[in-house]
Amino acid sequence: MGDGTRKNEDEGSRPSDDAALSARLKRLGSQLDASAGRPTRTEPASRPVDSSAMARGFRLSTELVAGVLVGALIGWFLDRTLGISPWGLIVFVLLGFAAGVLNVIRGARAGSGYPYEPPKD
Amino acid sequence: MTVDPIHQFNIDKWFTIGTVGSREIAFTNSAMFMLIAVLSIAVLMIGFTHRQALVPGRLQSLAEISYEFVADTLRSATGEAGMKFFPFVFTIFMFVLFANVLGLLPYSFTVTSHIIITAALALLVFFTVIVYGFWKNGVRFLKLFVPSGVPGYILPFVVAIEVLSFLSRPISHSVRLFANMLAGHITLKVFGGFVTMIAGFGIAGWFGAALPLVMIVILTALELLVAFLQAYVFAILTCIYLNDAIHPGH
Repeated sequence: MGDGTRKNEDEGSRPSDDAALSARLKRLGSQLDASAGRPTRTEPASRPVDSSAMARGFRLSTELVAGVLVGALIGWFLDRTLGISPWGLIVFVLLGFAAGVLNVIRGARAGSGYPYEPPKD
Repeated sequence: MTVDPIHQFNIDKWFTIGTVGSREIAFTNSAMFMLIAVLSIAVLMIGFTHRQALVPGRLQSLAEISYEFVADTLRSATGEAGMKFFPFVFTIFMFVLFANVLGLLPYSFTVTSHIIITAALALLVFFTVIVYGFWKNGVRFLKLFVPSGVPGYILPFVVAIEVLSFLSRPISHSVRLFANMLAGHITLKVFGGFVTMIAGFGIAGWFGAALPLVMIVILTALELLVAFLQAYVFAILTCIYLNDAIHPGH
């Protein structure tokens, strides 16, 4: 239905053929863009990462465990090398727990979308 | 009758290729299935696209769909600047996807059910992010660990937490894929064991065995979904991590 009105406009803009041609070319370009454009670029968060609640829960629990595990490993390593047992383990397990919670919050932030925000540019 | 659901993950040495130092490099069933995955990807991507038909056939359109899918995912996560990583992400996605799906075939071996494989892939992504991040942004890459708008007195804690969060990425990245594959395949084998066990009870057992058999059919469909989903999740997390290297600073 849009084509019919556009055809009328074309015949109306008779005065300069060049202007009509360039207008038509521009419209063709924008139509091509519209048909070949990538709608995902404008709405990236709409694509679901997980389909089931189980997958989602599993994903988030891995994030938490990974944080605690890395903290414990670093704390244990510092204890062994610096001989400050047990303070390295205590401090880094707590920090690792915080990092795990941070991971979970980031993972859950966008609901089923991306864990992190897409770039602004 | 005993059922060993772990047996399917055994690595069998087929023959020795050579030795590095005192360590032998063996060709295993795992290597065989990696080779099969790579060859089938090559056949799909090279063999079925060389005709470049304007109206694609089934397999050519499969190749084109997978290209479009990964390209859109990468572009929406990292923007146009991330497209130079397209070959990397596409390779990872296709390899994980084919390894997962080939592992569902009867008598096959699931490459991605071994953490050494997924950890190697995740560490590859991890070090790519670090090297490219420093190479591209220099010291500004460290802004990744310093969120803006945080008061100075808690900044050390926040930075420590951010660093730990960053270091935990390869673990969750690799464990997620590995554990999903491992758990799914063990579940299938356990239910398969139920069928033979219950069927051993006689006539009543034959009817009872139908229940776990139905479950296997359902679970196989679920596993197929998980195989696709985990490949996608692995790829999209790769994109998100690469985005941090390209645009550091939240």
